[in-house]
Amino acid sequence: MEIDGDGVASPQPPQVNAEVVGDQFRLVLSGSWATHTIAAVDAVMRDHERKIGGHSVVIDMSGVTYFDTAGAWVVYRFTRAAEKAGNAAALEAVRPSHKVLFDAVKHAMEELAEQEPAEEKENLLTRMIVGVGKAVYDFRDDALMALHILGAAVRGSQMKLGHGSGLSIAAVVNQLDRTGVRAIPIIALMSTIIGAIIAQQGAFQLRYFGAEIFVVDLVGILVLREIGVLLTAIMIAGRSGSAITAEIGSMKMREEIDALTVIGLNPVGVLVFPRLVALGIALPLLTVISDIAALGGAMFVANTYSGISPDAFITRVHDAIDLTTVFAGFIKAPFMALIIGIIASVEGMKVGGSAESLGERVTASVVKSIFVVIVVDGMFAIFYAAIDF
Amino acid sequence: MAQENVIISVRDIHVQFGSHVVLHDLDLDVYRGEILGFVGASGTGKSVLLRTILGLNKKQAGNIVVLGRDLDRISEEERIQVDMRMGVLFQHGALFSSLTVLENIQVPMREYLSLPKQLMDELAMLKIELVGLTRSAAEKYPSELSGGMIKRAALARALALDPDIVFLDEPTSGLDPVGAAEFDDLISKLRDTLGLTVYMVTHDLDSLFTVADRIAVLGNRRVLIEGTIGDMLKSEDPWVKSYFRGKRARRIETIEQETAGVGG
Repeated sequence: MEIDGDGVASPQPPQVNAEVVGDQFRLVLSGSWATHTIAAVDAVMRDHERKIGGHSVVIDMSGVTYFDTAGAWVVYRFTRAAEKAGNAAALEAVRPSHKVLFDAVKHAMEELAEQEPAEEKENLLTRMIVGVGKAVYDFRDDALMALHILGAAVRGSQMKLGHGSGLSIAAVVNQLDRTGVRAIPIIALMSTIIGAIIAQQGAFQLRYFGAEIFVVDLVGILVLREIGVLLTAIMIAGRSGSAITAEIGSMKMREEIDALTVIGLNPVGVLVFPRLVALGIALPLLTVISDIAALGGAMFVANTYSGISPDAFITRVHDAIDLTTVFAGFIKAPFMALIIGIIASVEGMKVGGSAESLGERVTASVVKSIFVVIVVDGMFAIFYAAIDF
Repeated sequence: MAQENVIISVRDIHVQFGSHVVLHDLDLDVYRGEILGFVGASGTGKSVLLRTILGLNKKQAGNIVVLGRDLDRISEEERIQVDMRMGVLFQHGALFSSLTVLENIQVPMREYLSLPKQLMDELAMLKIELVGLTRSAAEKYPSELSGGMIKRAALARALALDPDIVFLDEPTSGLDPVGAAEFDDLISKLRDTLGLTVYMVTHDLDSLFTVADRIAVLGNRRVLIEGTIGDMLKSEDPWVKSYFRGKRARRIETIEQETAGVGG
């Protein structure tokens, strides 16, 4: 490659003139044939390729001031087209340095041509069917993986060899702080607002029947049986589930998971089990906070909109709600914790090598956890109704 | 081989992080068309200098002139023009993991040039072949490539815009000796055909002996010594001595004769 001046300043645009002299198709090139400028002549050169006809091709390069691989490629492409059509092609008045580059490009592309062509893509229908089949297998693999993680989490934590086998207390406490303690403000705030909204809407509707006091029953039962645990689970899925997936996923990307295995630790036991235990403790406790906060919000709104005093509210709560209502909600919490923890871990373990796959898996983790949490909540509702709980 | 004109000129560079001075009063010239091998003990600031020249680090004093332009005194637009003429191969490739090799190579083309899609594909394919990758590698993602292939793909991306200067940060680290030797050959072949100037940070003695035209040694916050491999071997600086004449460089005697025969 000849260096002309510094080339940074706007270079001469590349130009090409074509003429037919006798049985020769002559191209006269001039200007700078570089990556930065080549777009100007790309289409023109393609046009000329079609006009070669039966002529032999001569390319006069005496006017070329700057030549790089892009220029060499476009010139080579032209000579190749000519040769394919059975015509001779030759370069004329080419500088030695340009010739070296041209030959390098020619050599490279000839090697490329010898290789097998890349695989053809399958047609749309096949790809659709393949997609469906894949989804079914993925579902099966997910379920198996979830069971594997559950099993490995419980068993694996005991399979650590040597000193300190069993559950690492420090890891659990650390996780408890992150998934539990630090989630308190947001869960309390969110639950208060939701409790207040339910009370407000309930009060407005019940007012028509003169039964505003029943807003306490409405809020109490709804919050304690369903909303409290559901809101907490959804928030934890978004907050801690995504964190677990991202942590495990990035450790997987950097071979830290493999390192754990080689050292003789069960990665699921070391990484997943403390998180599962922490979630299992934190989620029920957060549910308590959520319930109290939601009832508090409702109490405030009932007082403001319907004039139900806090005293009256609390008395009514005592009458309306028995222990089974409270437990109906709490029993679900550990199941939710398990679901979130396992789905987050499964997705984390599925992270591949790219940053994109990490993002994909974190999204999948949150979406799947929330979906499954809601489905399971629905199943509990049906179950409770069936056993009259 | 090396035309005696300076393509990168670094003068009186001073870089410090907090109170830790990494580079002080450092001068360095890189000549057009040469392969400069840059060595130094770990932690002496080889990467810092590289990053400073590329504008990824701030410097406290000194100036850097690339392609005749003082990087502190040029407009944003000129800076982009200079950037377009420099290609960088990062130590770990730094390929964008969510793009295929072909797309990785097309990133600079897309960013700076308005080329037709077909031509971009053709040019990217050409670069892939120039660095010795196969056609099937084009559609692969970086996570599916071996270490050597990542280096080659990253080099292809560095060459996407046909730069004048290529910076290589430890290009042969992590490659087996055969792969490393092939990579050295590739670099010197590309230099010869594309007229590149190569700035190569390396620890690989074989690379230094076989492809580097000139070597600069960083130590004590500045360039201790620069010159040909012969100059390095004659140096009495203790670090240079142990580096080029230590146990790991036992083959030196024979190679010295070889390089003398070839004439660098």
